[in-house]
Amino acid sequence: MNDSKPVHDWSIDFDHLDPQWTSNPYAIWDALRPTCPVATSQRFEDGAYLPLSYNDIYAIAYDTEHFSSRRIIVREQKVPIVGVPPITSDPPEHTPARRILLPPFAPREVQKLEPLTRDVCVSLLEAVGDRNEFDAAVEYAQSVPVHIMCQIMGLDVADAETFRDWIYRTNVEGVRNTQANIIVRHEMNEYFLEQINQRRAHPGADLISYLLTVEIEGQPLTERHILGTLVLLIIAGIDTTWSSIGASIWHLATHPDDLRRLVAEPELLPTAVEEFLRAYAPVTMAREVVKETTLSGCPFKEGGQVLLSYPAANRDPAKFPDAEKVLIDRAHNPHAAFGLGRHRCLGSNLARMEMIVALEEWLKRYPSFQLQEGAVVTWSEGTVRGPRTVPVKVYRQQTC
Amino acid sequence: MSEQDQQFVLFISSERCQGHSRCCSLAPELVASDDYGYAQVIGDGIVPADLLSKAKLAVANCPEFAIRLNRA
Repeated sequence: MNDSKPVHDWSIDFDHLDPQWTSNPYAIWDALRPTCPVATSQRFEDGAYLPLSYNDIYAIAYDTEHFSSRRIIVREQKVPIVGVPPITSDPPEHTPARRILLPPFAPREVQKLEPLTRDVCVSLLEAVGDRNEFDAAVEYAQSVPVHIMCQIMGLDVADAETFRDWIYRTNVEGVRNTQANIIVRHEMNEYFLEQINQRRAHPGADLISYLLTVEIEGQPLTERHILGTLVLLIIAGIDTTWSSIGASIWHLATHPDDLRRLVAEPELLPTAVEEFLRAYAPVTMAREVVKETTLSGCPFKEGGQVLLSYPAANRDPAKFPDAEKVLIDRAHNPHAAFGLGRHRCLGSNLARMEMIVALEEWLKRYPSFQLQEGAVVTWSEGTVRGPRTVPVKVYRQQTC
Repeated sequence: MSEQDQQFVLFISSERCQGHSRCCSLAPELVASDDYGYAQVIGDGIVPADLLSKAKLAVANCPEFAIRLNRA
């Protein structure tokens, strides 16, 4: 929980864990933009920066000379750097560490997972039974990516609750609590070390076995590298997509015109999904300033932490006309939900496929639904933003 | 010369492409992804008139400014 003092001046004292930000970050960014291209804060060790324009965020993502990826979460206290390659890698190490992971997540491999994803979605919806009120985030959105990541990595889906617990402790609790961070990393390492040892004895067709066979410059990956990558995949591959599916369902539950249109024009879904990704982009990254520089007239001091808000880039009206509006038929939408530059989200093809399949199956079963009356939707705080609950009331096809 | 008579060629910068796959989804007749997920122009890249609007969408939606439509 956030027990820090409330923010009064967002331009010089921002805090992305403040309840105001968690409930509606868009209003904060819109208020800052006209006068403050880069907000700052001393609440985080060595100071933090929050660039708000698409152009500055783009420039930082491309500028590895001044901005390092070795810290990808803005934290109160800088924890000792423990890499989770390739997301925490800078060039030149980044290129080969990323290249080995590209083929398993390329579109043609992801396509092979579509039938399984559809089966998972259908069985989750069947498990709802004939209840007319249930939670779409808890019973649907959050379970889809866990099943798919377990399939890819060869893990037991029965451990899903453990993974969610790790994610929470890393991305939320760990932002303010260094000790929590170290403990959870230790637990993850222990779990994956056992998985690695099992694969060494009995290799399978899963990604962990694959990582044991690949080489960089003729050398197998070190155990430390493999552990880092596995930790990255389990942390990055689940609540991100869960948030995106949840935010899409929440949008449709609260915008009946868009729901009716998508049901009538299902071919619009891929375009709508890109707009949901733009408008409700879940992931905020970070950089560490490794060499002093200036952007939009604002100095970035060495050691400072940069909150790299792709969600804010996506809401910049200088880049996206009517940026504050969610237009499900927005045709020109080069959004940055999956990041920009060399760290483009490795799982973007997978996330997109999961979103499209999950929404297709949902709309087939529930073409008519809305948020339960009086329902309070809470959004997650920190690195990944998404609705943690989406209590819906569904109307059966035969009765509407 | 009207746009209809003008020939266009699609060009992808392999330096800039980061594998977002937006172009591959929007113009699958013109662009495909390779084993690593990077976009490759199919064939000689000449855009048939009936695919010009798809080619323009592919250009407009690339987050990395990696794809261009040049006059032939």
